Amino acid sequence: MSQLLRLRRTLKFPRALGLTLISIVLGFFVGAIVLLVAGYNPLEAYGIMIFGVFGLPRYISYTIIIAAPLILTGLSVTFAFRTGLFNIGAEGQFIAGSIAAVIVGHFVRLPIILHVPLVFVSAMVAGALWGSISGFLKARYGVHEVISTIMLNWLALYMNNYLIKLPFLHRVGTEASQKIQDTARIDILGVWKTSPEGREWRMENPFWGDILRSEINLGILFALIAAMVVWYIINRTTLGYELRAVGYNQDAANYGGIPVKKSMTVSMAIAGALAGAAGGIQIMGVTQEITVLAAMEGNGFDGIAVSLIGANTPIGVVLSGFLFGALRYGGTKIQPALGAPRELINIVMGTIVYFIAMPNLFTLLQERYFSWKKKRLDISLPKEAGGESKNV
Amino acid sequence: MFNDLAFIIGTSLMYSTPLIYTALGGTISENGGVVNIGLEGMMSFGAFMAAAIGFYSGNPWIGFLAGGLAGMSLALLHAIATVTYRADHVVSGIALNFLGPGLALFLSRLMFEGATMTRPLDLTNKIPQPLRSFFAEGNGPFQRNGFFGIILNQYATVYLVFFLVALVWFFLYRTRFGLRLRSVGEHPEAADSLGINVFRMKYIAVLLSGAMAGFGGAAMSIAVVSRFSPTLISGQGFIALAAMIFGKWKPQGAMLASLMFGFAQGLAIYLGNPRVGVNVPGEILSMIPYVLTLIILIFQGKLLGRTVGPRALGKPFYKS
Repeated sequence: MSQLLRLRRTLKFPRALGLTLISIVLGFFVGAIVLLVAGYNPLEAYGIMIFGVFGLPRYISYTIIIAAPLILTGLSVTFAFRTGLFNIGAEGQFIAGSIAAVIVGHFVRLPIILHVPLVFVSAMVAGALWGSISGFLKARYGVHEVISTIMLNWLALYMNNYLIKLPFLHRVGTEASQKIQDTARIDILGVWKTSPEGREWRMENPFWGDILRSEINLGILFALIAAMVVWYIINRTTLGYELRAVGYNQDAANYGGIPVKKSMTVSMAIAGALAGAAGGIQIMGVTQEITVLAAMEGNGFDGIAVSLIGANTPIGVVLSGFLFGALRYGGTKIQPALGAPRELINIVMGTIVYFIAMPNLFTLLQERYFSWKKKRLDISLPKEAGGESKNV
Repeated sequence: MFNDLAFIIGTSLMYSTPLIYTALGGTISENGGVVNIGLEGMMSFGAFMAAAIGFYSGNPWIGFLAGGLAGMSLALLHAIATVTYRADHVVSGIALNFLGPGLALFLSRLMFEGATMTRPLDLTNKIPQPLRSFFAEGNGPFQRNGFFGIILNQYATVYLVFFLVALVWFFLYRTRFGLRLRSVGEHPEAADSLGINVFRMKYIAVLLSGAMAGFGGAAMSIAVVSRFSPTLISGQGFIALAAMIFGKWKPQGAMLASLMFGFAQGLAIYLGNPRVGVNVPGEILSMIPYVLTLIILIFQGKLLGRTVGPRALGKPFYKS
């Protein structure tokens, strides 16, 4: 991973942005070819997706709702990346956070002004604990975080399903847990909008009424604030400096007196807290309960793509989180309207990540076919800087 | 009692098989110096193609080969990215883990009227059990429902994988090809200076690993069960990756580690049977393989000594 990071750092900003944009365009282009081969009109499909995202006020608000947790899991992966760790465990940390949010949201009775922050913090703490396990295992026993986080994802999933079935949490007659109290909800006017006055008001104000038809919530604010905090920690604090130093060169960091092992645990804890927060806002803003999971929902895995497409920077993650939210939401529209499988989105995302993985492709193409520029554009690294040995 | 033991062993063998194929794939690729975290995606795509082609052709072996080819086609993308364009191996692998399941579900909806599951194969169209007729119907120790029958009457994919373990071992450690492959993973510059075509060796390694992962998926979808479904693979590619690391990047090690994970699964299935009367919730039993993986990786250093992968693993090669 650090190899790609270093490569990215050697690029000038506009060029890195250019490579990302080219990758995104290529992703959609490959998606179009797949659609064509499958017998669908790609322009029609993309048209439906664009209308499906921007066509109505509530569509936009749905996109934002979906983007918020993705931005947070993307930040989680980004934070770990920047400190030299690969957090594939955002998925499990998300689940841990949502479990904590439901338990604290349901059983604790507090006024809204205290309850919402408490639930949010609980979700973060749960995610942090879940994440720090991987950090600790890596620091203490050298267990590669890629493997341990994946195992912890599945453990979180089964723990989720186990806890739901326990009598204290199970809501009788459902495949779900108890719902959180109204004082823990962050969806805007969530209780009022279904009341008679609320319905009437929504009829009279079609624009805002339409937005309120979605579960529009404060999650996106949390996500944006988190992005700023992450940027601040990474770039402006001693902690961030130390963590980055460890990510850049463990031996040098160690020599410089930075506690490398502790840094790994701290880094994974912070990454876990961010993913846990994503689980928290999903519960407080949208679902209000946890349900039995048959498979991974992909919030954490999509966070990896969000982070990579966002060039592992907070601002990039926010932008790519919105892109991914739009894709995820717009993608659901092509299936009913056109019959085209919505898994097209995974193909598009995978293709974008694939091209982002190989910046050299574009450099070599540029050298070979557009080589009127005098200076050599090879951005490859010197042999010795080929990155740490990744025993994966 | 003995038959219970036989059931656990037999189930373990069956569930280890997909892991062994895939872990062998990982072993080949990483001995050639290419990290293959995309095994999960290759396995998923292979599982789907095997089930789909197996269903439409009515021939499980055509399905099995299709699974291998499907894994290989994704592996080709991985090779192009990591070998030719010196991409980050892990990021390319992540991309494949989006592409593999994405393609599988996309094609499934096209080929099976919008369903994300393939239609199940008839039991006669699954991978055959070649020794089935050898064991007569009955409960004696050498009959089908007796001790040895339960253990040894397996799908052909099970016998095949143990043969492949021996074959891969032989190729890696007893042939010139294997020596060259390992030298490429250890020190590509040195290999290059001796006239070995590093790029070609890496391509071969990655493509073979894709085929093996595809076979692993197929061994799951058309032998262990009879269809593809979105949750069929569920992280097995990653468990195979862990098995390979625990097996110290050696085929026989990968096999033993996979057997252990398979055993955890077999045990979980056995204990989950209401007849056994162990009152442990299914969710807790399902955790066993994952917890075991973690525990094993924690104690790996103490049990096996320091484990180090191929020296040039994950590093780009520049031909000078």
